[in-house]
This record gives sequence, structure tokens and C-alpha cells, in this order.
Amino acid sequence: MKQMLRPLTVLFMLLTALTGVVYPLIVTGIGRIAFPDQASGSLVVRDHKVVGSALISQSFQDPKYFWGRLSATTPMPNNATASGGSNFGPTNPALLDAVRTRIAALKVADPGNTLPIPVDLVTASASGLDPDITPAAALYQVARVARVRRLDPAKLRERVLAQVREPQWGIFGESRVNVLLLNLSLEGVQ
Amino acid sequence: MTAQALLTIGFFVVVLIAAAYPLAIFVARIADVSPIRGVAGTVERFLYRLSGVDPAQDMSWPRYAVALLLFNALGALVVFAVQRLQFWLPLNPQAFVNVSPDSSFDTAVSFVTNTNWQGYSGESTMSYFTQMVALAVQNFLSAATGIAVAFALMRGFARRGAPGIGNFWVDVTRSTIYILLPLSLMLAVIFMSQGVIQNFDAYKDARTVESLTYPDPKLDAAGAPLKDAQGNPITEPATTQTQVLAMGPVASQEAIKMIGTNGGGFFNANSAHPFENPTPLSNFVQMIAMFLIPASLCLVFGRMVGDSRQGWAVLGAMTLIFVVMAVVANWAEQQGNPAIAALGVDQTHSATQAGGNMEGKETRFGIVSSALFATITTAASCGATNATHDSFTPLGGLVPMWLIELGEVVFGGVGSGLYGMLIFAIMAVFIAGLMIGRTPEYIGKKIESFQMKMTAIVILVTPFLVLVGSAIAVTSEQGRLGIANPGPHGFSEILYALSSAANNNGSAFAGLSANTPFYNSLLAVVMWFGRFAFIVPVLAIAGSLARKKRIEPTAGTLPTHGPLFVALLVGTVVLVGALTYVPALALGPVIEHLQLHAIH
Repeated sequence: MKQMLRPLTVLFMLLTALTGVVYPLIVTGIGRIAFPDQASGSLVVRDHKVVGSALISQSFQDPKYFWGRLSATTPMPNNATASGGSNFGPTNPALLDAVRTRIAALKVADPGNTLPIPVDLVTASASGLDPDITPAAALYQVARVARVRRLDPAKLRERVLAQVREPQWGIFGESRVNVLLLNLSLEGVQ
Repeated sequence: MTAQALLTIGFFVVVLIAAAYPLAIFVARIADVSPIRGVAGTVERFLYRLSGVDPAQDMSWPRYAVALLLFNALGALVVFAVQRLQFWLPLNPQAFVNVSPDSSFDTAVSFVTNTNWQGYSGESTMSYFTQMVALAVQNFLSAATGIAVAFALMRGFARRGAPGIGNFWVDVTRSTIYILLPLSLMLAVIFMSQGVIQNFDAYKDARTVESLTYPDPKLDAAGAPLKDAQGNPITEPATTQTQVLAMGPVASQEAIKMIGTNGGGFFNANSAHPFENPTPLSNFVQMIAMFLIPASLCLVFGRMVGDSRQGWAVLGAMTLIFVVMAVVANWAEQQGNPAIAALGVDQTHSATQAGGNMEGKETRFGIVSSALFATITTAASCGATNATHDSFTPLGGLVPMWLIELGEVVFGGVGSGLYGMLIFAIMAVFIAGLMIGRTPEYIGKKIESFQMKMTAIVILVTPFLVLVGSAIAVTSEQGRLGIANPGPHGFSEILYALSSAANNNGSAFAGLSANTPFYNSLLAVVMWFGRFAFIVPVLAIAGSLARKKRIEPTAGTLPTHGPLFVALLVGTVVLVGALTYVPALALGPVIEHLQLHAIH
């Protein structure tokens, strides 16, 4: 037992220094040199001001913007210092209340829309910070945004489709549209 | 079930095997006790010289176990201390206060036992120093401990008439510097290329496109939310156009979190958080990372006992169970939620959307990459999540829960998956021996009374912790207080928590409010014994096997490398898991499934 004391304490300290200090510093160094934008948060800058991160969702409530996923973070949605999902189970009445509320908001903003409502538009993401919606969810909103902004729906539809990112390398994940980048691309377009 | 799902699962298995095979050749060299000469061994020799380790010293199993327990106890102490002192330590730009004693205790045990259950939210609790120097270090060392025990058990089978099972200090050092560190470095670079952050900046303010009005809960002087007569929180409208972005050294931690099957997220949302797992590609790499070392250790086992077919048989059994479970989870989640369908929402799979049950899932991952991730993270004892398991359909949520309850032997944790599965292999040859009336043997070692007693302890200890722990939680006021979802789902939350803790997984039905003194203490005790009351008997088996002679196979020996043995092994794992947990599962996910489909 006694002769274990030195290996125990010294080896523990050395391995702590190696894995807890040296290793993260090396990774940080590589990040600074090779991936400075990604390592600092993929920030989106407009007029020298940080307006958000391309990876983190923001709240959009105005009908002239495309809306994102529901966010269950507190106290406000899309809180990037308190990530998390709703954790509502599939039979929880609170889940259905949240879905109903979103459906109602979509209907109020666009009463004439008869398209089926895509599921990702009425459900909360796991992180509460999901930056994307499905192409279906973006296309569902084209009529509303075009009307409010007085744009040609066909042209807006093309703009949206141009922003669709296909599954990565054709096999990984799902097609998606980044809501913040899509909305920023509409700035200045009425 | 979509064609894309089957294609992804198939592709995953192919890439996994292709990566695990070469790694196994390398790891087998690390497991060999002979010194690594030349430049390659410089760091290793330097560490031994400073810490006074004699790498040639061979340890008996009790000595090995004592070294392991001391090393892990010291680790727990340090993690606890750093959390309790973090306010006065460096790299705390958000000035987070010291973590509460019960939460610190729970988290310390959680990270040392490779569970990485998290009662706290990282981005609002832990300083960068705590994340790096306390938590991430244990990500490495707990994984290295697992690999060390796996090496020791392999030596037990490989050696003949030997007094020892290796040197714990050497096994931990080598696993860390030759396996975990290089793989983590590679992964961290891949993750950063995809957008995982790595910096020490204070949280950043962004001026958002639209200003946001939200109901801000009013707090009393102590910071607790004020409630009105009906018990609803009192709020007042607040407006903001600033979004605060949490930062941190995430990529370095993310890499070891996945490759070490730790699973403790830097952020509360874990691998669902875009800064932890930004793209479908990073997601795929994370999934491979979780299974990589567990899969390759199976092949290392084959090499070390001098018959690679033995390793492939174990790997085959694991793969078989995994693929079936992945298909079930995908099918269940793609079905969607009939209650939401009843509101007229479109959940069908089409060219423009994944469809299915999207509550608690990220758009970039959809159903396939979420359900597959959930299967992998619970088959492996990782516990990272890229979707909220609490919001899965009843059967989709049953898959991860039951995979955990099988004892984390379907790939399992780094090292722990293999030694757990080998214990089941001993159980399987014992059952076969009873059927044919012969003394059972595995890899040329007779399995006798002492090994079977230890095997019985190993197989019974986790179900005991899960079922007794769940019983304590559901029968106590404080236990029930944590439940978030009504009905049978609430029971599932508790059962999942105890299963996750006892089997050192760490994922959760996260609605459960577990950051309370009750759950922090209960789960910490369960995690500790789930880990070490398992490891010590395994080391005892290793030591007793190493002393035995190796007997040559005869015509009467049950071959343990063919399909018959794979079927026997799968049967043993599934049967033990089913017999132990079906009654409990019937009260949770099964009832909920019937309710959901009876109403709609």
C-alpha cells in the first residue's frame, strides 16, 4: 500500500497535466490556426456587428420572417446559455398544448394556407437551438412571407430552394434550411 | 422504416469494422506487456521515471484491484474538490459559483465511473477549468481504467500458470497516451472543421435580427421563482434583442467524451447542441467513435488468446443484437406520434422532410441519425444524446432503456463492454455445460466453482441496484417529486435513471429533476457500486484464470467461435435481460404504448 503512494499521486498529477492542460491547449492552437471561424462560434457579422451564430437559432415571430423550430429553453426561447428540449413524453398533454398553440399561430398568420403543416414546425428541438428547418417547413411559409413582403411567391420559393442544404456527402443526415441565414438573405428585399 | 435507415445502419457497420480492425492490431501491441522501445516510448518511460513505476512488475489480482480503486478514489476526490473551489480557480469568465456539495459528489462519482450522468447544466454551472481539468481528465482516466480491466481479463485467458495479470499503472498510462490521446486529437480536429467551438472566451453577445418579448419569471430575494395562488409562476413581460452565446473549449472535450464512451456533454443539450455536434458528418463520426474502441477490443481479445475467431464471435454477437435494436428504434420513431397526427400535422416521410416523431429531435439529424445515435449511445455505455430520449415514442424509448439494462455488453463501454460480455460468455458455456453434462471451459480454461460465484455476483449486482434503487425512488416522496411527465411515463423516467446509473451509461429521460440531494446521493451510490462491485469480481476471475493451465480442445469441447456459440451468447444476454426487466418495462413503456394507440 505504502509503495503505491508515489505512483498513485505522481502519475495522477502527470496524467492530469497531460490530458487536462496540454491536450486542450494543443487543440486550441490547432483551432486558432486551421479553423479560426469555427472554433470561435461560426459568428455571423453584418456591418461589423455580431448578429448571431450560423449554428444557433434565433427567435422569429414577425410574419415577414421565416420561423424556426419551437424552443423549450427558459426563460426565453432560443436561450443559448440554457440549451435543452421540452422532455415532454409522447402522451403528455403539455406536448399537445404546445403543438396546438403553434398551429394556431401559423393559421392566424396565414389563414389561407391549406398545405399540410410539417411536423418539425410544431415540435421543439432537442437543443432548443436548432438552426434549421426542413425544406417542407420553409416551403410551407413561402406564401405568408411573400404576401407580407409583397414578393412573387415563385421567386421566393426559388430563393428558398437555393438555400436548401442536401444531406452531407449525399448520405449523412437530412435536407435542411438555415433559418437565420435565410432571413438575413431577405434583408433589403422589402 | 425507410430505405435510408437500412442503408445508414449498413454503412455504419461496414465503416466501424473497417476502422476497428487496424486499430485492434495496434491496441494488441499496447496490451502486450513488453516495453515499447525507441523514440515511441519516450513519454511513457519519462512518466514511469518521475512516478517511480517499475513497468516490469507484475501485479496479483488483489494488488491490481487495490491500485485501481485508489486511483479512482483519488480521481473522485479531485473532481469533487475542483467543483467546490471553482469560484476561486482560474478560467471562470462567467464567475460561476462553487457547485453544491451534493451535486459535486454526484458529478465526481459520475465522471470517475465513466457514467457521466449529469444533474447539472454545463453552460450555467461549470467553469472552463472544471470542465477541462476535473471532468475531461476523468473522461480519459475512467476510459483508461476500463481498458486496463479488459486487458487484465484477456491476460487471464491468455496466460498459463501465471501469478499476475499485468501492471495497473502501465495499463492506465499506455491506454491514455497511445490510444485515447491520439484518437481524441484526431477527432477534435475533425469536429472543429465541422464547427465545434474551441476557445476560452467569455460568453459572446449577439444583436439579434428581431427583438424578442417573453414572459420573464419574477424571482424572490433568494432567487426562487414567485408563484401566484394557483401555483403558476408570476411573470412580467421582458424584451431583449441580445442573444448570449455560451462558449468554451468544447472540441477537445467532445472528442474524448465520444471515444472514451463517457458521454458527459459540455452543454446541457449534449450532442444535440449545435456547438457540440454541428453537422450530420460530425454526428456520424461521433457514432463511429462510440463503438470504435469497444469493437476493436473484441478483436484484440482474439489476438491475445491466439485465436482471432474467438474475437470475431464476440463481435458478431454484439453486432447482431445491435442491428436488431437499431431497426426497432428507427421503425418506432418513424411511425411518429398518433396524438400529433390527430391534430392534422404531417408526419410522413417525403423528399422535403424526414417526418416521424420530431419532438426533441434536431432537423439536421432527422429520424434516422437520431434513432441510430440513441441505439448506439445506449448499446455502448456512452450516454451522449443527440435527441431527448424522454420524448421518444414509447417503443422507441424502450430500446435505449433495455439496451442499458442488458448490462452494457452490446459493444458497451470502453473496456467494460468486453469484460462484461466475456462474463456472459462464461455464463453461456456454463449453461451449455449443464446441458451436456461436462465441466464447462472457455478459451482452454476450466470454469469452476470460484469463477461461477464471481460471475453470479457480476451478473446480479446491476439488476439489484436498478430494481432496488427504483423501488426506493418510487416509494419515497422526494423520488416522486422529480417526475416531469404524468402517467406511466413518469415511472419510466425513474426506471431509466436507475438503469442508466447502475450500468454506468449516463443518458437520461431528462425530464426527471435529478439535481436534488435525494437523487444526487442515491444515484452516486448506485453508480459507484455499479462500476466497482462489477470490476473487482472481474479482476478476481482474471487472476484465478491466469493461474490455471490451458487445456487443449478435444472432441467433446464446445467450440466457442462458431454460429452455435454466437446464438448461445446472444440467447444468454437477451434471456437474462428479459427475465430481469420485462415486469418493470411492462409498467412503463409497454403500458404507455398501449395507451397511446388505444386513444388514437
